[in-house]
Amino acid sequence: MSTVQTQVSPAQAQVAFISSSIGKKIFQAITGLFLFLFVTGHMVGNLQIFLGQDQLNTYAQALKNLPALIWSVRILMFIFFAIHIWRGIQLYFENKFSRPISYVRNATVQAPLSSRTMIFSGAGILLYVVYHLLHFTFITTNPQYAGLHDTLGRHDVYSMIILGYQNIAISAVYLVAMFFLCYHLSHAIPSFMQTIGINNQKWEPRLKVLGYLIAVVIFFGYSVIPAAVLSNFIVLPEGVH
Amino acid sequence: MNFKLHVWRQKNAAAKGRMEQYEARDINGDMSFLEMLDVVNEDLVEKGIDPIHFDHDCREGICGACSLVINGLPHGGMTGTTCEVRMRLFKDGSTIYIEPFRAKAFPVIKDLTVDRTSIDRVMQAGGFVSTHTGAATDANAILIPKDKAEEAMDAAACIGCGACVAACKNASGMLFVAAKVSQLALLPQGQAERERRVNKMVAQMDIEGFGNCTNYFECEAVCPKDISVKFIAKMNREYMRALVK
Repeated sequence: MSTVQTQVSPAQAQVAFISSSIGKKIFQAITGLFLFLFVTGHMVGNLQIFLGQDQLNTYAQALKNLPALIWSVRILMFIFFAIHIWRGIQLYFENKFSRPISYVRNATVQAPLSSRTMIFSGAGILLYVVYHLLHFTFITTNPQYAGLHDTLGRHDVYSMIILGYQNIAISAVYLVAMFFLCYHLSHAIPSFMQTIGINNQKWEPRLKVLGYLIAVVIFFGYSVIPAAVLSNFIVLPEGVH
Repeated sequence: MNFKLHVWRQKNAAAKGRMEQYEARDINGDMSFLEMLDVVNEDLVEKGIDPIHFDHDCREGICGACSLVINGLPHGGMTGTTCEVRMRLFKDGSTIYIEPFRAKAFPVIKDLTVDRTSIDRVMQAGGFVSTHTGAATDANAILIPKDKAEEAMDAAACIGCGACVAACKNASGMLFVAAKVSQLALLPQGQAERERRVNKMVAQMDIEGFGNCTNYFECEAVCPKDISVKFIAKMNREYMRALVK
């Protein structure tokens, strides 16, 4: 007669945790949190454009002088992004297969559209990130940016951004991408709190509002830059064109 | 009242089902949804057509046997269970779509009857207290704070009908499992098996093929017993707690 195992070992419990439905949710939430923190930090860095050419280029140079920091953040972000995307796709298909025959008549009571389109807003963000890296980080799409230098001989990030957003098409793509990000975050933030267990009936509506507020702040924090460039509030330094 | 019905008909588990049209004539507005189906079935039997199969038992909203997705919402998305839905809530002459609870974990047996034993197996995995109960003890023998007793009762109100699974876009069973895990985790009697229970019930839930929760909260919106999604947050806490315990 076989013995019934009533207690799982800690190692078994950990494996079970990671592959369980709740573990997957928590993984999505934690990787999403790091991506959100990066997005927030990146926004604060970008907003220094309003403090002038010298401030932004000094900041960019300071980051460049810390390769260990830059590369560890880049590698970590790549890993978190990859896990978040992989898990997201996996969850999407698992959830589709959980209802092999769909309803003839569908109805939704309270799930907002943003919650039901996370895979699509996420895909939009991924496409933009690829373009954004090719545009500003690796300077592949617009190689002329590589030759921009300020009077101190530093790479002129300030002028690069202004030149970039003076192009209406680039600004439009950027604004659409920021909308996707904002839309994704509006569900992600309250969802994160629910998943890690910080929620109750009193806080549920408040967290929903908090999610929308943070998402809108992120949207405007990023979109104000192309808006300022297009409205000539920020202009190229003399001699750059 | 008269209605045009679109009903899912499926001979057996293996057969391919389809929607069929029927007429419901001379229905009294005070009839329940199930009584309306009884009238339609009497008519079908007279015509020599196989009556529409559907689950029901107490017909007073407490057993959780009745199901049905009415116009896209489990239990019609109204307060209470399908057996409590009155026909006067529908517009006279309207068209009503009636489908079974759809989920991989709830395979169709026949027509609108689905096999919900998957939620029984989740209960068997841990939804109990393994102590010798003996004769009923005095209600005040174990002291439980009022707020905890109330919250446990809110969770215990779950009748296990499976509407949360049917409503979820992912066919997830988390609201049901969360209610059962929370109910016992809130009470002193549930403490001894607290971690083991959440681990086993979640593991069984995953084995049964329920989807993952992505926080749509459609479950809460259709639950006939108003179980709150706060219990899912609680189950997530319980699960993390069990990992480090």
